[in-house]
Amino acid sequence: MDNAALKERILGLVPDAEYLENKQFLTFVIPPAKMHDLAIKLKFETDLAFDYLFCLSGVDMVKYLEVVYHLESTTLTHQLVLKVRTDDRENGSVDTVCDIWRTAELHEREAYDLLGIRFNNHPDLRRFFLEEGWIGHPLRKDYVDEVNIVEL
Amino acid sequence: MKEIINLPVKNVEEEEYHINMGPQHPSTHGVLRLVVSLQGEIVKNLKPHCGYIHRGIEKMCEKDTYPQIIHLTDRMDYLSAHINNHAVCLLVENALEVEVPERVKYIRTIIDELNRIASHQLWWCSFGMDLGGLTCYFYGLRDREKILDIFEESFGSRLLHSYYTPGGLMMDIHPNFQQRVKDFIKYFRKKIKDYDKILSGNIIMHERTRGVGVLSKEDAISYGVTGPSGRASGFSCDVRKHHPYGVYEKADFKEILGTAGDTLTRYNMRMLEMRESMKIIEQLIDNIPAGDYIAKMKAVLKLPAGEYYQRVEAARGELGVYVVSDGNKSPYRMKFRSPNFSNLSALDHMSRGCKIADLVAIGGSLDYVIPDIDR
Repeated sequence: MDNAALKERILGLVPDAEYLENKQFLTFVIPPAKMHDLAIKLKFETDLAFDYLFCLSGVDMVKYLEVVYHLESTTLTHQLVLKVRTDDRENGSVDTVCDIWRTAELHEREAYDLLGIRFNNHPDLRRFFLEEGWIGHPLRKDYVDEVNIVEL
Repeated sequence: MKEIINLPVKNVEEEEYHINMGPQHPSTHGVLRLVVSLQGEIVKNLKPHCGYIHRGIEKMCEKDTYPQIIHLTDRMDYLSAHINNHAVCLLVENALEVEVPERVKYIRTIIDELNRIASHQLWWCSFGMDLGGLTCYFYGLRDREKILDIFEESFGSRLLHSYYTPGGLMMDIHPNFQQRVKDFIKYFRKKIKDYDKILSGNIIMHERTRGVGVLSKEDAISYGVTGPSGRASGFSCDVRKHHPYGVYEKADFKEILGTAGDTLTRYNMRMLEMRESMKIIEQLIDNIPAGDYIAKMKAVLKLPAGEYYQRVEAARGELGVYVVSDGNKSPYRMKFRSPNFSNLSALDHMSRGCKIADLVAIGGSLDYVIPDIDR
């Protein structure tokens, strides 16, 4: 499916998705409550068949936290980028997609560990790199660590 | 005394217990800790514990300029350092719409493939050693040394080169480079037959790997297992074919695909891939065009505000670099989608129901490099 047809298809599935200009990928912002339903459709509907989640990143945009999903269909070769923004920076949460794409399990644990994004229904949401009891989330922009981070 | 005798005898076969494999276990090839639940010697499940060498490279990138970041990427997957450099260089060049000289593309492609062979050689050493074949270790390291010598002559370092820079290369190749690479290919074409004699047809190796740690194609895609490990399951994921960069389009090579998805197939994938890499190098080495080794670049590189993603085929799978730029000289957020990180997520699924000794073989065939997982 080419990008124009795919854009219509996504807007048909989620009418309140926000389209973003991006040279490289077709990009949408999806409301958090609708992400999980959309993910199921993206993977299992035969004309979409997004079976490969090749990257899941968390970004701290200061006003809110953002999860970015890079998706590709291995059979139909089209690509798509979805973004989900939490409405609240401290307690905001996003539904997990690790029941749909299994690779998300560790990626989500990493995003929780380093950015403090909570994923609902995640089977094992613990810190991944840092030890239990670590205070704060290092990849946040307001994280201060005078001992380990040397300012130049 | 009487009390001790009357203690109920537990049936150890039925009881589930946990052991720690790592962080200093030789088969984990680094500081990775696996907490394995066992019943008898059958693996019920395992949980990886990472972060023993987490250096916060992504956080450091937010303070560094793009040419400085190149040096950090060497330290992720140190066995495919050139390919990691390549990913960041391509990202910066595409974002700034810089056209690099043809000569640079040829040299980068050749060196990437040399790096892939060197990495697979070290994998072959350690895979043999994991299964008890110590001879492999000496054979593999002997031949890898030849590649490292070529690297050392051309750009002065053996492991962490930082040879690529946005726009081109740090310096031109050494005058001996082409001849030495050709000599090496001639030498290694003979030696790889020895590899097959020692290990590939070895009945003990076959018994220990055939049908062990099977990963289906659907699971490989779902877990994001890429590289030779993913292709062993039939997942066509070669970035060099699907999203070509460098001069891979001009080279004639096959994407090696398997079907069985077991440890033996993953072994065979890498052995065949080394041959394909040699084929690519042979086609390109005599055709390096003359010209500059670096394009004209600005002194300070500032990516226009926006998002960029670049994927390359590293020795262990697909490496992705995701950058959010706010127009400054350092990225706002830099994320590395490292191949080992995703490959590790499938380890639990693959090893369930295997014996604990098989776990060593499965881990060896996934070929994980821990600094790439931890970053």
